[in-house]
Amino acid sequence: MSSIWEYANPKKFIDTTDRILPWISVLAVVCLVVGLVWGFFFTPDDFRQGSTVKIIYLHVPSALMAINAWLMMLVTSIIWIVRRHHVSALAARAAAPVGVVMTLIALATGAIWGQPMWGTWWAWDPRLTSFLILFLFYLGYIALWEAIENDDTAADLTSILCLVGSVFALLSRYAVNFWNQGLHQGASLSLDKEENVHDVFYYPLLVSIAGFVLLFIALVFLRTQTEIRARRMRALMARERMG
Amino acid sequence: MPDLGKYAEAVLSAYAVSIVLLVALVVLSWRRAVRVRREMDALERKVKGDG
Repeated sequence: MSSIWEYANPKKFIDTTDRILPWISVLAVVCLVVGLVWGFFFTPDDFRQGSTVKIIYLHVPSALMAINAWLMMLVTSIIWIVRRHHVSALAARAAAPVGVVMTLIALATGAIWGQPMWGTWWAWDPRLTSFLILFLFYLGYIALWEAIENDDTAADLTSILCLVGSVFALLSRYAVNFWNQGLHQGASLSLDKEENVHDVFYYPLLVSIAGFVLLFIALVFLRTQTEIRARRMRALMARERMG
Repeated sequence: MPDLGKYAEAVLSAYAVSIVLLVALVVLSWRRAVRVRREMDALERKVKGDG
């Protein structure tokens, strides 16, 4: 049986992801189109929130991915720190811009949804504030990678930053439970069926979430391949310069 | 088109912002992937030619 660590080999990673990337991409587009079209055109208005409930198909999946992208970066950063596999450090680097866009979508759709429901675009509510801090951590993480020329040093320092930022990623997820205050409601999805949104909203939401997850995986694969090639190019150019 | 009532502006702007950001992310990622791959292939050919 093959070991997962085989994929730490850049060539093996590129060969494998090259084969599955088209399938994941097609599946992501299908799930996104089905989930969003279903949610937008074929679900009723909520009795309290009216048609704004349709924002849930963008807001919940993007918020979910904003947090989980950081957690994926945490895992790959720990793998880098412990095992020094370059592919894992580059995968974390590749995921950050995807995570920042997911966070931005969650913040923007949250503000747009909040205005008619809460009467304000923004409040210093525990979940909103921890999400804003997570967004700033993403920007800092990307800036740190860009600022340091040596790839290994950049991977070391960004991994430490990722460990620190993970506190805010978890806080974003559980802020509502930690502090029973603020405007933001509790989780829309739960293992307890009683706490879930109604089935008529739930199923298209699940399809939309699947689309966001698959899109994230496809983009991380594509961007990690790019980072691997860019790193190899830098190494080749350095060798050329030395003669 | 469903009747979005008085919240039409909010719902449509949420969809517009999200779709623009997602499309921009995909297009930028794809363009960079193609460019780096092309540059990498050219460099490898050059290195093999020199070596």
